[in-house]
Amino acid sequence: MQTKRTIFSNRVLPYVLLAPQLAITLIFFIWPAFQAFRQSFLREDPFGMKTTFVWFSNYTRLFENADYLNALWVTLIFAVSVTALSMSLSLLFAVCVNRVLRSGRFYTTLLVWPYAVAPAAAGLLWWFMFNPSIGILPYGLRYFGYDWNYRLHEGDAMVLIVVASAWKQISYNFLFFVAGLQSVPQSVIEAAAIDGAGPFKRFWTVIFPLLSPTTFFLAVINITYALFDTFPIVDSTTSGGPSQSTNTLVYKVYADGFVGLNLGPSAAQSVVLMLIVVALTVVQFRWIENKVQY
Amino acid sequence: MFKKLSLAAAAVALSASTSFAATEVTWWHAMGGELGKKLEQIVQKFNDSQSDYHVTPVFKGTYPETLTSAIAAFRAGQQPAIVQVFEVGTGTMMAAKGAIYPVYKLMADEGEPWDPSKFIAPVVGYYSDPEGNILSFPFNSSTPILYYNKDVFKKAGLDPDVAPKTYAELADFSKKIVSSGAAKCGFTITYAATWIGLENFSAIHDLPYGTLQNGFGGPAAEFTFNGPTQVRLWDDLKKWQDTGYFQYGGPGGGPDSAPKFYSQECAIYMGSSGSRAGVIANAKNFQVGFSTLPYYDDVTKDPKNSIIGGATLWTLNGQKPEVYKGVAKFFTYLSQPEVQADWHQFSGYLPITNASYDLGKSQGYYEKNAGSDVGIKQITRGTPSDNSKGVRFGNFTQIRDVVDQQFETVLSGKQTAKQALDAAVKEGNAMLREFEAANSN
Repeated sequence: MQTKRTIFSNRVLPYVLLAPQLAITLIFFIWPAFQAFRQSFLREDPFGMKTTFVWFSNYTRLFENADYLNALWVTLIFAVSVTALSMSLSLLFAVCVNRVLRSGRFYTTLLVWPYAVAPAAAGLLWWFMFNPSIGILPYGLRYFGYDWNYRLHEGDAMVLIVVASAWKQISYNFLFFVAGLQSVPQSVIEAAAIDGAGPFKRFWTVIFPLLSPTTFFLAVINITYALFDTFPIVDSTTSGGPSQSTNTLVYKVYADGFVGLNLGPSAAQSVVLMLIVVALTVVQFRWIENKVQY
Repeated sequence: MFKKLSLAAAAVALSASTSFAATEVTWWHAMGGELGKKLEQIVQKFNDSQSDYHVTPVFKGTYPETLTSAIAAFRAGQQPAIVQVFEVGTGTMMAAKGAIYPVYKLMADEGEPWDPSKFIAPVVGYYSDPEGNILSFPFNSSTPILYYNKDVFKKAGLDPDVAPKTYAELADFSKKIVSSGAAKCGFTITYAATWIGLENFSAIHDLPYGTLQNGFGGPAAEFTFNGPTQVRLWDDLKKWQDTGYFQYGGPGGGPDSAPKFYSQECAIYMGSSGSRAGVIANAKNFQVGFSTLPYYDDVTKDPKNSIIGGATLWTLNGQKPEVYKGVAKFFTYLSQPEVQADWHQFSGYLPITNASYDLGKSQGYYEKNAGSDVGIKQITRGTPSDNSKGVRFGNFTQIRDVVDQQFETVLSGKQTAKQALDAAVKEGNAMLREFEAANSN
């Protein structure tokens, strides 16, 4: 049996080779995480002139705080919706493009464009389109008798940030799905066709299971994206409103810590967020990965 | 050859360092766009006027971003000499005693002229400690005023030279505007829940926003802005929203408010006097009128002064002595009536000193530019009471967010105005206690 193990004859070399990566991890990941952890036990004025050690008070207050529990709930709805919407749409697009022989490249180029847009710019773009006073979409919706106003209606605000965030992520998912689809062996599909399986049956019993590594990978990426990278979209469209209905965990960390200058509670929030991500990763790799066939 | 070159380089470096011996004074500010260009022009004139000091303005983004980066820089020991802080951050800065160099002390230490009585009263009151010493240098102060669309007023059969004085008139005018189809909405407000709709509203009606003279008396203050008149306004705004008289422009500064006014969707707009230049530039197809903020005439017959917004310049500790000399010289330069009047007339911010206001008068500026003195007249009317001196609370940025959120629950019908204001007071008080605890031991 072939192992992945490489044997170094030099004892120091492996450590030297590892050192840059370790240094980067230490400086940019472990050290800030440690700082956040330390800060979460402190109460401090913004300038850091007076610091008090307050044990777990920042944490206990967090879970007594209705706003924080609301943010947890909002984040759950948001992350699940963004992941489901962007993955299902991009799978649909990928399947469509995969069937088009000649113009596939053209569609691929078009579909990849949104990925080049910075999240803040994407947020502004959707802000313009959905703006109740100057936007084109509310204008159209009013024609159908729907009063779209994300400044007032909580549902509208959630739809706005979900659509804007999912739209940003579709390109990325799409590329991976196309690549995944193209690596499905043609012979397997033909065999299924000869056995009399229709296109839907072929997709769900042959192609989709073969895509499971891609799907799993994308699920991990998309959830992380929804949890962290959507901050600029929330910031530039709804700023967490109306009445906190789109205040996600990562936005709340920013609003409390960087705008409100309330460092201790904000640090406690980021530690909790970190734990959530660790837990999610463990769940994903422990249990879900078992169901993935490579 | 190499030796010669390096010698030449050293000579160049030497001569360069002598010609740039001017002491560097860094100023972090939040003035983007046209205002930023004007600010740089003002600094340039100072730099050209002498050779001992060189002020370098650095644009740091929005007000909260500027404050945050200054604080982060302070913690890292890399702070600028001067930082522009918005009025909401005043409580935070005042509590940071070890971090700031009060301007009155700076000017006294450096022997620069400094006379608080030269500044207009609301500014002195807002930025002074309980002993009456001004702690930060007033630079750009504004106050909310009412802008209206004269063309829409005409279309609605209203007199284009008469603005609504009271809330009763505001509702009445809005009704005529909406029912005649002259515009889709009567009025919109920036900072609808906070600066204009609650803080200035309370001041104008001489109602306390909090205990201990709205927080001026110390950090132990508690909020009291859930009184019957404030409840009444929020109830009315909800009612007027449902009838289409009022449109909400979003939380904080209400990013959708100004577009609603520019696109002529709303006929009346309450916003900062500092937006004057922007409003005129954007009101391309219609005439703009200016007036004071409305009030309930059955609550007060004699509305008080409005309160200020905008920002001041704070000096931070930890610089070399010669830098502070430069800061003091620069502040003296900024106090000059010509510099102040120029900035005020360009931007729409208030004239900070009486002399700069008088200069504008003698230049005939206010006659030539109708409505440009509405703000200053409104903020200086009557004698400021404990309720109209301003508001000063710690954690105020976060507290304003809470007020915004509660206001939104009223507009969406989830809570009554009374419930929302009670909740905002309760949550706000908890944040005040947190601030007090973090700054007391």
